Amino acid sequence: MTSNAISLELKGEVEDLLNAYTQCIDDDDLENWPDFFTEKCLYRVIPRENHEMDLPTAVMWCDSKGMLQDRITALRHANIYQVQWYRHITSNPRILSVDGDTIKVQSNYAVFKTCNDGESTVYNVGRYVDVIVREDGVLKFKERSAIYDTHRITTLMVIPI
Amino acid sequence: MNTPAHLKWPDNADCTAVPYSVFNSQEVYDLEQQKLYNGPTWNYLAAADELPEKGSFKSTYIGDTPVVVTRGQDDEFYAWVNRCAHRGAEICRERHGKSEDGAFTCVYHQWAYDAKGDLHGIPFQRGLAGKGGMPKDFDKKQHGLRKVRLANYHGVLFGTFSEQTPDIESYMGEDVSHHLKRIMNRPIEILGHTRQSIAGNWKFYSENTKDPYHASLLHLFHATFGLYRSSQKGESIINNDFHSVLWASSGTESESALDDMKKDKLRTLQTGEYALQDPSLLAGQQEFDDGVTLVILSLFPSLVMQQIQNTLAFRQILPKSKDEFELVWTYFGYKDDSEELRNIRLKQFNLIGPGGFISMEDGESTELCQNAIVRDGAYTNVIQMAGKEAKGDDHLVTEGLIRGLWKGYREIMDF
Repeated sequence: MTSNAISLELKGEVEDLLNAYTQCIDDDDLENWPDFFTEKCLYRVIPRENHEMDLPTAVMWCDSKGMLQDRITALRHANIYQVQWYRHITSNPRILSVDGDTIKVQSNYAVFKTCNDGESTVYNVGRYVDVIVREDGVLKFKERSAIYDTHRITTLMVIPI
Repeated sequence: MNTPAHLKWPDNADCTAVPYSVFNSQEVYDLEQQKLYNGPTWNYLAAADELPEKGSFKSTYIGDTPVVVTRGQDDEFYAWVNRCAHRGAEICRERHGKSEDGAFTCVYHQWAYDAKGDLHGIPFQRGLAGKGGMPKDFDKKQHGLRKVRLANYHGVLFGTFSEQTPDIESYMGEDVSHHLKRIMNRPIEILGHTRQSIAGNWKFYSENTKDPYHASLLHLFHATFGLYRSSQKGESIINNDFHSVLWASSGTESESALDDMKKDKLRTLQTGEYALQDPSLLAGQQEFDDGVTLVILSLFPSLVMQQIQNTLAFRQILPKSKDEFELVWTYFGYKDDSEELRNIRLKQFNLIGPGGFISMEDGESTELCQNAIVRDGAYTNVIQMAGKEAKGDDHLVTEGLIRGLWKGYREIMDF
């Protein structure tokens, strides 16, 4: 399907999903973050070098909504890290294909991280490659891969991208 | 003694107290590059499987010296400093790849070397139309790359700059080599890499990997779900002072040890309060006959090799400055893994690496220390858990391995 045939309404809906997702993380509303995904899903944060070498190792790799919830439970109650906030800038969202209720989308992102010292740094830059489906009328991520160029992670990664 | 003036080791401290300036001095850092990394130590370079074919190469470091590992046309492995013998330019600019013709050519003036680092080609060596050219007595054999002595130990490649370094197995010691062979018992399959940049001195991380005391106290995920507690059956072993092995078996706690932990009212014991929504994360397989579920093997100065549940990885420590190092993780499984076991590994990689539920804090703890020691370099830490000797033990409530690290460090550094 060519981009001309994709309705403005669908484009708007997809962009809303992408924006709501990043705002959820940036607003520290992480308990609601798993709800952007279907029950069975695949969420990966994977270095570009692995992706290009066809190596499967990811920094975060969740294949169920339960695993996404466990990420947040660990972040809130188990893991130790300094106070930090993300600010996502996303751009260039592009619908690559539409097949029934399955939409493939790619977009760019940059995540700035700010810690208690007050300095904001470019923390992680890459692209999202998504498979989005409609579930009970609502668009959700069936697959979301954050393929990152910034292949040296500063200190650690605890908040999802 | 060759100790910098600012580095005042307390009298009789032996290996139980370390002055903080050892973590925060450019002078110490430079001496380490000279005495450790250019001295009689074996440094992790790569898994042999990262160089699968003739012509394969990988760029890495020994300390902060850039080094390239290659697989020659004779199928042997070689390593050399990544610096053209001509005018010092970096020759290999990719992280890894394959040289189709087996040559490694500097882009600056196209001096060409083979996989061994021997010089083969110099453009315009005899000049152009009778003009220019190198002197007639110029001998290419005298102008190869600075070579690294290489050892392939059961599929793990190590390099050393020193002819004084003992053979790799003697360097490791009996237990370290046993545990390395235990993991490298059959052909491995590389599953990926991650890299972490940590704003701390590399030795804080070395200490961390020899410190079973912190494991159940800092890493709460680990403990909360019963993957590891200090009360588990395990052992801490020292080989040749600064190498070590920690191992533990899950599900082997003694009741009395557990009772003692409860008395201490540790954060650790929030067991059961937070159940996993998806317990498949911890549904592993017992893949070693010995029942050991955790091995942290530390080969000073640059390698940590680990088995945590079904995760297997090399962690390479690369110092960048007195207060920064890079940690390169290489994850692997075995070539004969079933699809099920491979998926278990991929899922359990959530436990380790920069975003690992039970390893992300190790970078954090390094920075916690570095942030706090920028002044008061003469002050020291306290390393006395389980006594004052540099020795292993049949339990995990000890800092004996850290004492071993400093004993070996002071000796090799002549501090």
